[in-house]
Amino acid sequence: MDGFLQLAISGVAMGSIYALVGLGYALIYNASHVVNLAQGEFVMLGGMGAVSLAGLGMPLPVAMFLAVVGTSVVGLLMARLTIEPRRQAPVLTLMLLTIGLGIVFRGIAMLLWDKEVHTLAPIGSGELIQVMGVTIVPQTLWVIGLMIVAVVAVDSFFRRSRHGKAILAAAAHPMAAQLFGIKIDVVLRWSFTLSAFLGGLAGVLVTPLTFTSYDVGLNLGVKGFSAAIIGGMGNGLGAVVGGLLLGLTESMAAGYLSSSYKDLIALLVILAVMLLAPQGIFGARHKERV
Amino acid sequence: MKSGFLQPQTGGLVALAALMALLPLLITSDLYFNVANNVGIRALLCLGLSLLLGFAGQISLGHAGFFAIGAYSSALLTSRLDWPVPVALLAGASLCALIALIIGRSILRLRGHLLAMATLAMGSMIYIILNQNVALFGGPDGISVKPFEVGGFRLQGGLQWYIAICCALLAGTWLALNLVNSPIGRALVAIKGSEVAAEVSGVDIARYKLLIFVVSAVYASVAGSIFAHYTEFITPGEAELLYSFEMLIIVLLGGMGSIYGAIVGAAILMSLPHLLTWFHDYETLVFGMVLVFTVLFLPRGLLPTLQQRWRKRGG
Repeated sequence: MDGFLQLAISGVAMGSIYALVGLGYALIYNASHVVNLAQGEFVMLGGMGAVSLAGLGMPLPVAMFLAVVGTSVVGLLMARLTIEPRRQAPVLTLMLLTIGLGIVFRGIAMLLWDKEVHTLAPIGSGELIQVMGVTIVPQTLWVIGLMIVAVVAVDSFFRRSRHGKAILAAAAHPMAAQLFGIKIDVVLRWSFTLSAFLGGLAGVLVTPLTFTSYDVGLNLGVKGFSAAIIGGMGNGLGAVVGGLLLGLTESMAAGYLSSSYKDLIALLVILAVMLLAPQGIFGARHKERV
Repeated sequence: MKSGFLQPQTGGLVALAALMALLPLLITSDLYFNVANNVGIRALLCLGLSLLLGFAGQISLGHAGFFAIGAYSSALLTSRLDWPVPVALLAGASLCALIALIIGRSILRLRGHLLAMATLAMGSMIYIILNQNVALFGGPDGISVKPFEVGGFRLQGGLQWYIAICCALLAGTWLALNLVNSPIGRALVAIKGSEVAAEVSGVDIARYKLLIFVVSAVYASVAGSIFAHYTEFITPGEAELLYSFEMLIIVLLGGMGSIYGAIVGAAILMSLPHLLTWFHDYETLVFGMVLVFTVLFLPRGLLPTLQQRWRKRGG
């Protein structure tokens, strides 16, 4: 039982990271039907940025904050300079464009920083916590806690703020939204900025746990993509649940089956979800509502 | 109708063969033969993806996996079981076809990003299996491969390999052109245009998609087998996602829906890192930029754009 709890906690912690990345996919997909395969690079930029800024002697919270803000700016520029001019292009073309941008980000990071593996000091104390026979790294609690805060904040952004409502309206019916004076370009920019923010946040949170380097984005991007697909692409809550499920699957697979094949098992689960429920695990409910 | 020089079946192939025959006059060292040979292998690999992506409009982010299956089949069957090289190559291609058939049957009904994810998962799974199973596949360190030998004759040196790879590429191009200009090719283009319209017109879209998926996997496998014997050393890295991305870049740069485009794309993209030594650090960045600029400014790809310009000038 202790072993199970231990696996569950590390699974939920990694799952929270996947959830943040997956939520980013969902936001952008919702607003524009673009599948942004550069999403994982935001995680890399957040992590590497925070490492660099902390290395310059900045206090950790400041470094983390600036790194996340910087990543958001990258997301905004990406939308403004590359996606907007080709917004009418087929979805497949835009997906290929984001693959290219992801490679560009990775290439720049390699030149800007290096090929080494970096780490970041954890938030707060690094002392392990013992609860009910389970050892907890405090950082995992920060990851889970801040993920919940971020998800609640995103949720209230959509419910309360004008921009959030505009994104929802544009997602529901772009043409009607435009007739009501919502600028689709602005919606696009907001969604990319917000997604990059979430990715950057995931990056600064995950770095003390799993380290970072210029090439971590690809893998994390794929995980977030999987999370978004499990939850049904475009479904924010689904992406969060999908991310947590993916994290738990990996952690349980590593603990009970085989740690070298945990990724393979996770991929099999994703394939199974796609084939049995292409609309994601929350898809059915969606259909009934329509 | 396409006319004159670039008429696909005859003119283009003759031009390609002539270019291949003339190139050794310019090439002076094995170093450059190595570049040309790598271009040739990569072009053969991308012909298959070009059929799948450019003609049928189906994305694959896992084709590097098929390349690796071909390479590992050749490596293992020739060294462990002492099979002759051509038999091992055919066995690898058959294995790839079988895997593509089984996987394709279930995943090809997915579309857009779901198909992208499914093929990506397929490629990643192949990579993980090659990487983790040390006893059978040698693990992350890779394995060495026997040289290419048929009936006592061994391919040696840049020029011999160059001739062999050129023959393989010409054969592959000829097959691809014939496929594209057959009823199958027209069915594929219809599927790319609109799956619904194609189906309504009586095209069995599931069958054609599966067929072209299998064909493209076989192309990748054969290229992988040749690559394995050429470099005489392979690692699971061949199956990595980045190589599937690289294939996409080559096809897009050359031109979607252009068979020769895949060759042009491979020639440009693969010769850069080999010819320019300073390039190494910038390789990732430049490859990414090529993809971004192609999508933004050259959406039809290099060769179709140039062909259109020539035609305008001529007409």
